[in-house]
Amino acid sequence: MTTRRSALSRQPMAIIAVCMLGVLVLLAVFAPVVWGDKAVAADPDSIALPLSAEHLLGTDKLGRDILLRTLVATRLSLVMAIAATLIGACIGLLLGAMPAVFGARAQRWFASVVSTWLAFPVLLVAMLTVVLLGPGATTAVVALALTMTPSFARLAQTLSSRVGGSEFLAAARMLGVSRRRQFTRYVLPNIAEPVIVNVTTSIGGGLLALSSLSFLGVGVQPPDFDWGRLLSEGFGEVYNSPVAAIGPGVTVVFAGLAFSMLGESLAAHLRNREHGKALSPRRLGPAPVAERPAETPSATATDCAETIVPLLEVDGLSVSFPGPDGWIRPVQDVSFRIAPGEIVGVVGESGSGKSVTMMSVAQLAPAGAAVTARRLRFDGEDLTGLTPAAAGKVLGTRVGVVFQDSLTALNPALRVGTQLAEIPRVHGAVGRRQAHEMAVRALDDVQIPDAAHRAQQFPHEFSGGMRQRALIAMSQIGSPSLIIADEPTTALDVTVQRRVLALLRRECAESGAAAIVVSHDVAVLAELCQRVLVMYAGRVVEDVDIALLATPERLAHPYTRALTASLPDLDTDRTTPLVTIPGEPPDLSRPITGCAFAARCAFATELCRTETPVPVPHRHGGRVACWHPQDAIAPDTTPGREEVGA
Amino acid sequence: MTPSTSVSGSRRGGYRWLGFLLRRTGRMLVAMWVIITVAFLVLRMAGGDPVRSALGATADESVVQARREMLGLNDPLIVQYFDYLAGLFRGDLGVSIITGRSVTELVSHRLPATLELAGIAFLVVLLVAVPVGLGIAIITQGNGRRGVETVFTGVTAFIAAIPEYLLGVVLVIVFAITLHAFPVAGRTGPASYLLPVIALSVSAAASISRIARIEALQTLKDDYVRTARSKRLPAWMVYFRHALPNMLTATLTIGGTLLGAMIAGSVLVEQVFNWPGLGMAFVGAITTKDYGIVQGLALVYAAIILVVNLLVDLVLSLLDRRTSLLETS
Repeated sequence: MTTRRSALSRQPMAIIAVCMLGVLVLLAVFAPVVWGDKAVAADPDSIALPLSAEHLLGTDKLGRDILLRTLVATRLSLVMAIAATLIGACIGLLLGAMPAVFGARAQRWFASVVSTWLAFPVLLVAMLTVVLLGPGATTAVVALALTMTPSFARLAQTLSSRVGGSEFLAAARMLGVSRRRQFTRYVLPNIAEPVIVNVTTSIGGGLLALSSLSFLGVGVQPPDFDWGRLLSEGFGEVYNSPVAAIGPGVTVVFAGLAFSMLGESLAAHLRNREHGKALSPRRLGPAPVAERPAETPSATATDCAETIVPLLEVDGLSVSFPGPDGWIRPVQDVSFRIAPGEIVGVVGESGSGKSVTMMSVAQLAPAGAAVTARRLRFDGEDLTGLTPAAAGKVLGTRVGVVFQDSLTALNPALRVGTQLAEIPRVHGAVGRRQAHEMAVRALDDVQIPDAAHRAQQFPHEFSGGMRQRALIAMSQIGSPSLIIADEPTTALDVTVQRRVLALLRRECAESGAAAIVVSHDVAVLAELCQRVLVMYAGRVVEDVDIALLATPERLAHPYTRALTASLPDLDTDRTTPLVTIPGEPPDLSRPITGCAFAARCAFATELCRTETPVPVPHRHGGRVACWHPQDAIAPDTTPGREEVGA
Repeated sequence: MTPSTSVSGSRRGGYRWLGFLLRRTGRMLVAMWVIITVAFLVLRMAGGDPVRSALGATADESVVQARREMLGLNDPLIVQYFDYLAGLFRGDLGVSIITGRSVTELVSHRLPATLELAGIAFLVVLLVAVPVGLGIAIITQGNGRRGVETVFTGVTAFIAAIPEYLLGVVLVIVFAITLHAFPVAGRTGPASYLLPVIALSVSAAASISRIARIEALQTLKDDYVRTARSKRLPAWMVYFRHALPNMLTATLTIGGTLLGAMIAGSVLVEQVFNWPGLGMAFVGAITTKDYGIVQGLALVYAAIILVVNLLVDLVLSLLDRRTSLLETS
């Protein structure tokens, strides 16, 4: 409770709103008591005076001080708005909760009534109510309550279906929690908070609406007065004394703002409590970078033949996101190289940072991500330290990306052909017609039947497999030298998967492009790749030839071994349970000391828990980041390793 | 979403769309009928004799009786009701109790002024709010520039709290009375549109730009925007061609009732600027208790709002290629 209050009080907007409301409440309580008589007593000696030290806003036609009248009107204005909102909320919430009892049909019918009712603005409903009941404060309140009812009914409907169908309530019911306790402990708190937020904001809106009615002359009638009434009286005299209309206007805006600000900060507070709002980068301080100095052996790792200039060279890449409690570091100190034409797989559990790494390399990290690297070179050009936009410009169409979910990766509002054609149109400086022809040809290349017709269609008219092929066509159309495929087959059926993989392989073979294929599925990678990077908790833990995956005893890192062992195949003994890796991947929002896998590793020692291993060349021809590689009888005989380990 | 959706899929979509159209139109007609009946009953049930209260206590009894006879108020309620419905089908919205003149004629004179005002203001709102919302979203995406976000939310909250009529009053005071820069009142040429349109659109623009920013932030996180960035398109193309159409649908869905609200807001703005539209006539009829005009105009307003909502829904369902709207209604 204390933490909640202190969190709310940290919002400057909430503090201001509460102070403003405090002023209003004081005025509403005391102003009529103190100035009530003076505000209504006519004074023939001071009729229609302009503003002066004595009458800050001047006086009206009957000689009454407008400032005092404005302050006194606070009570009626506030009471009317609060009453109307509460009546509307009570009726609306009751109405909205009822259909839930009567089943789905009643709910649909009710929803359609509510949405039609909602469409009618306050003013029109109010006018008709005025006709029926005659103008006056009560009428205005009834009218406003009537227009507020449907929005509260809808709120109740969504809330009751959300809470009623929720898992925590089902769980409580199963555990035999009493009905009363179910209601007070689970239902009420979940309904109360959004309702309070809505009531607060509605009072603000109600104040404005009521003042509008009074302004039109259909709300509060003389001799009573609220702010709207005073405004309309002041507007009548606007040529004599403009401030007479401004005074009450300022209070209307002040009060409306106080309520809407309070409602908003309450809502923001609830949202943040649910999701946790990320801190601003300024409060977080600079993004963490890889601690390791540049001269360590991994920078000169021989992961691709040294005689060849690598197409892509990544050294010490770290990615950080602002989180609620500090930087979250999904990728830390990742280094690798890709040779021209090489196909490399990246494998790891979800959350291991494999996609984030590759998206950062392609300069497509989400906004807000802090990407740092000691060295980032592509095709002989240095991208180190460039902004994503600048680096993206350098990359141009030389990096093609195949995204994971083809339905969301294609723009639903644009024709598929257009989405392909814009690449040559922008980069190739070709005409519209020519670009379109290229798009059709590219679609035809990936075996989309009737490509000319299909190019005119929208993504939702394509099947999942076709969309994925269209994405591959899109990554190809700029003739890239590197293709980054992010889980290209995850969203597809097994049969379609094979086709898409074959297509990817063919495209790479034909164009000679290198490729990085990200997947959590070792089997998919085994079909395509020559080499595989194994990632765990944001780091590369092993970098090996793909053939080694078939012989787990030659793999060095315990995690890679566990990963390959957890894959069932046709030879797996069905009578024993499948191998799983015990434990959970670590929480990346906290700094990890030592090897991230240590907590789940059977071979972990004190060293593993204190010192972070970096990938170093290993005897299996790749690299491994482990203090105790498991591929040899005596693991600690490697000379370099003993030094560090001792 | 089977591979064979090409031809049969689009045809089935067409039928579904037709069904949606019919269902929506049907719902609108039912709503209209309810409103007509309510308006009819309200007029007959308003306290006392509407003719007497409209013509005043001093009016001669024979005049009142003649007017009652002319309005058919002496017939049984059910006969009056069907006469009224029949009249509506002929486009007869009734007559003024006081002057006996046709409400239909009144509407035909005044409707254009109101529609122009609300329509122009609506366009201004969209043209201002959507780009502003998108622009601020681009600047503040990924939790960057918290300062801009705070200022934007604060300023728009403040503007949205200013009711249309109050802004109108301020505009009149500043530009028309103090600066003598613009016409104060009436509809007298292009310059006279400026202040009323501003008064009607500013606070709506503030609220819509907040909605637009939230929608744009969501859209900018969508996968297809990343796809567009992966093509290294110029920034304007990513934002205007790829993000804008998608955020527009979402913004319109939420801001869909805006146009209806602006038509209601025009009642107030017309009052402030002496704009010769329906709103002036409506308020005038209420204060003079001319329930004949009130009834007719209330129906016109209701019809406009219902039709506008129907149109917004239809446009949205056409814009939204994912056709999710068809499922939900």
